[in-house]
Amino acid sequence: MEKEQKHVAVIGAGIAGLHTANLLAQSGHKVTILEKEKYPGGHLNQWHHLFPDHSSPEWIISGLLDEQLQFDHLKMISSTEITSIEKNNGHFAINAGNELRIYADAVVISTGFKLFDARQKEEYGYGLFKNVITSADLEQSLKSGQPLTTASGKTPSRVAFIHCIGSRDAKCGNTYCSKVCCITGVKQALEISEMLPETEIFCFYMDLRLYGSKFDDLYLQAQKKHKIQFIRGRLSEAAETHDKRLQIKAEDTLSGRPLRMEVDMIVLLAGMEKNEAHQMFSSTKLLELDEHGFFKSKNIQLTRNETTQPGIFIAGTCICPMSVNETIENAGAASILVNRYLEHQQLTNHHE
Amino acid sequence: MNEKLFVIPFVAGMALLFIILIVKGYKWISSLSKIDRLRLINALKSRRILQSAKDIFMECLIHRRIFKKNMVLGYMHMSLAFGWFLLIVVGHLEAFVAEKSLAVPFYLPIFFRFFETGKEFAGSKIFAALMDLLLLFVLSGVVLAWSKRFYKRLFGMRRTTRLQYGDQIAMTALWLIFPLRLLAESATAHQFNNGSFITQTAGSLFFNSNTASTLALPLWAAYSLALGSFFVALPYSRYMHIPTEMLFIIFKNAGIKLKKRTNSFTELAIYSCSRCGICLDNCQLNNAGIKNTQSVYVLKSIRNKNIDDEQLFNCLLCGKCQVDCPVGIDLTSLRITQRIESTLQYNASYAYLENQATTKAGLIYFAGCMTHLTPRIIQSMQHLFELAGEDYWFLDKEKAPCCGRPLMLAGQYDAAAKLIRNNTTQIIASGAKKLVVSCPICYKVFKEDYQLPGVEVLFHAEYILRLMNAGLLKTAPLQKRIIYHDPCELGRGSGMYEIPREVVKNSGQLIRIKNEQEHSLCCGGSLGNLKISQAERNLIRDSAINEYLSYQPEYLVTACPLCKKTFARNRNMVVMDLAELVLEASDEFIKRKKLKGNKVTNIRELETLIQS
Amino acid sequence: MNEFAHLVSRPSRQIDYQTFDNRLLAYVLRYEPSFLTCMSCGGCTATCSAGKLTDFNIRRIGLMLRRGQTDKLAAEIDKCMFCGKCSLVCPRDVNIRNVVLLIKKESTRLHAENQKV
Repeated sequence: MEKEQKHVAVIGAGIAGLHTANLLAQSGHKVTILEKEKYPGGHLNQWHHLFPDHSSPEWIISGLLDEQLQFDHLKMISSTEITSIEKNNGHFAINAGNELRIYADAVVISTGFKLFDARQKEEYGYGLFKNVITSADLEQSLKSGQPLTTASGKTPSRVAFIHCIGSRDAKCGNTYCSKVCCITGVKQALEISEMLPETEIFCFYMDLRLYGSKFDDLYLQAQKKHKIQFIRGRLSEAAETHDKRLQIKAEDTLSGRPLRMEVDMIVLLAGMEKNEAHQMFSSTKLLELDEHGFFKSKNIQLTRNETTQPGIFIAGTCICPMSVNETIENAGAASILVNRYLEHQQLTNHHE
Repeated sequence: MNEKLFVIPFVAGMALLFIILIVKGYKWISSLSKIDRLRLINALKSRRILQSAKDIFMECLIHRRIFKKNMVLGYMHMSLAFGWFLLIVVGHLEAFVAEKSLAVPFYLPIFFRFFETGKEFAGSKIFAALMDLLLLFVLSGVVLAWSKRFYKRLFGMRRTTRLQYGDQIAMTALWLIFPLRLLAESATAHQFNNGSFITQTAGSLFFNSNTASTLALPLWAAYSLALGSFFVALPYSRYMHIPTEMLFIIFKNAGIKLKKRTNSFTELAIYSCSRCGICLDNCQLNNAGIKNTQSVYVLKSIRNKNIDDEQLFNCLLCGKCQVDCPVGIDLTSLRITQRIESTLQYNASYAYLENQATTKAGLIYFAGCMTHLTPRIIQSMQHLFELAGEDYWFLDKEKAPCCGRPLMLAGQYDAAAKLIRNNTTQIIASGAKKLVVSCPICYKVFKEDYQLPGVEVLFHAEYILRLMNAGLLKTAPLQKRIIYHDPCELGRGSGMYEIPREVVKNSGQLIRIKNEQEHSLCCGGSLGNLKISQAERNLIRDSAINEYLSYQPEYLVTACPLCKKTFARNRNMVVMDLAELVLEASDEFIKRKKLKGNKVTNIRELETLIQS
Repeated sequence: MNEFAHLVSRPSRQIDYQTFDNRLLAYVLRYEPSFLTCMSCGGCTATCSAGKLTDFNIRRIGLMLRRGQTDKLAAEIDKCMFCGKCSLVCPRDVNIRNVVLLIKKESTRLHAENQKV
């Protein structure tokens, strides 16, 4: 009996989508990736270096794209935003812009996350005070290869990293932890310190959540080698001084006293939020979202990549915040579940 | 047995009611402060008594304010009150004419048809017809009152008040009085032919000569009993508002106001509440599922002496309820007075505020605590001061004393007085002539509770409009649809509605909406409520935002840092303060000038442009 | 005599969970359960208007309350100006203003009760 080739549509060509697509293509399925942007790679395109090994994300993206070339039956359509998915008789019709309609036996959603808009926290002055930037802005700046300066071109003598921007904050509606910001902050602090050894760096945190393998090594290195100071206290507000420095107010909760500090630059470690595109799936009752607006897994323990809709799978940060290596692992897990589903479908079809 | 005895329940009930009313009335008047008593005496002697008489007629009988809210509801109240009043007046006239004397037993007009069975007198037919007509008028009100319990919507109401024991007895009695009167009069009319078009017709419809003669007396007795029960239950029910409201109107017109402590006027106000429930629908706490802390319930709890903090402090103090109160009770002040009473024993120590350094300046900017969390407002205000070339002192830039208003909203007036004293010293010592505030919470307290001789207190909207009128701030209206949200403390709280709208009109396209000005919505963030959870606040906020979104605005402009912060968290709308809007409109002005070849780059250079 | 003797916790090196006076805490939690969710981030203290002018730490007051160290608490809370900034920055949506109100109410009551005895 010859296996009939199945078709899988992958929505989103970030690293989760690319990796899942490659693995599915390798299993012999026909795969179509739909990407709304012009280029694949998603958020990772904006990153300079990854934690914990300071490797380049370009290497990951190009590696995944090179792998694609082996598969004739893998196709990527970019600059295409999907408008709806319909399910008929266990098959899916995906409608996209340009009157494109794709039929698939299974769908993998890998639409990723949205970066928290730090302007929401007006009290921190992002978008208002020029020397308040986000971790994403800093990453771009580091990527540019230019030395880090304040808005007026000076070398910052003191930089403050503020953790938990848009994460664990009921006031912005996000009560969950974005997981990767703590380690991002430590990584970026190290990078600034290496670039500007004279610059004093402070990290203001509520809880340091350096959960991953080798993350604590970076923390240790930051303290030991770079004299980066960690202050346990949440920033309440920032104000601009006459010379465009920033005055920040926090409590040093470990000494139990309010703390005031002037810095040249504030880096807000912006969290990960649900992608607003998720709304499209839930409004048509196709998929369920969890309490934070991410896709709901069928079972959070066993089948993290299965949605509440048979045949639709999820991979990467559209499920919850994840680091790069977790995303890659998660994409692998997704491909296994898709394979299992398609094989099962094949069997039942033959029995009919 | 003398069959006349059936009037006893009525007579006894009436007598009891009179005694209670006289005792209560005496208590209320005698416990007034000396000044208030003088006010009252003066008012009684002056023409103001005529005003009171007119108000009593318009509000207690005609129910003008309820008519304004809803015609059907107004008619219901009017037919019951005014109709009954006319029944009594015309009934007395009829008795006087029939007896050719003014000295008739006081129960006679009430049971006239029973006692006057067929005597012809001048105009007796006309009187009978008139009385029937009036009875019909009252009955129409009773029918409406019945149906109101089932079809609230017809009366423009979504909620009616829950009843307590005394209310239920009084209400049942009230509902029975007029149908029983109809039946009793009809039975007698059937027997003696002394009725008119209603009673006569009803008589032949309901009775034969047999039943009429056997049932007449029991029906009259039931009518008397219903009246008596109503009078006895009245002081223990919401219907106490009927006699109290009249006194309340006289007191109010005499210039007596609610004080910072409970007094007899407070009690009078509380008893004047008819529990009509109009305040219920106005209350936005409904959107958060909070259903037992609205003004009508708080007044009831105070009257029943079982008010607790959970009820008292669970109110936004937005003032939306009192806008439509048909009795005109100052519900916000009344609640604050109760909060003062509830927190009297609390201490406060602000020694740390004393002897703060002062800076000499012509103008003081007081941002207020909340504004420190909205730096865009502060930055905009600083730009404006620079633009106007002000020599200003940012009083609470580093060390931030509170204005005192949040303490007052929490009932702690004595503590607030300490803050007010310290801030006053600082402001006076600076020698400033103007005090500009960008927070309406601060504005209200500075305006009303501070004694600042020689210092003009200005809300930023006023200040901005002056800059505009003086030609110092030029704006080009943005092509944006703008909703202006009235902050509670500024609008209903301080009566400032038009000035901010003028500013908005100079800066964009102001759209008018249904719930604005005194009916404007609360953002839900109010400091007045100490008990509400954030999740509940969010529900209030979201329902307001959804209402605004239906007008498809591009900007939601407000004039309060707290409203701004509250609304901005919804994320579905661009929210900004008035000060931010005018700066954007001023940038637009510069942009257009630039297009015409003028060399201007930023707001600070605008001054040069205007001068040239 | 200590004015707040009704809220005595024995001065000790340790926080003694066996003996602490939890009346105040129980009262606060009964009417303001959101107080449970505090994670001691210090945002409230950082923003506090009173805290900018004097030694006043609203987060520590909450912590003292939770640890039963209530002897100095009633006097300390009197410095609060009720401005509400703390509630506005709290990432856990703790209704801090109500916590202050409740502490004031119950400590006033306990104080009066103690006076009677």
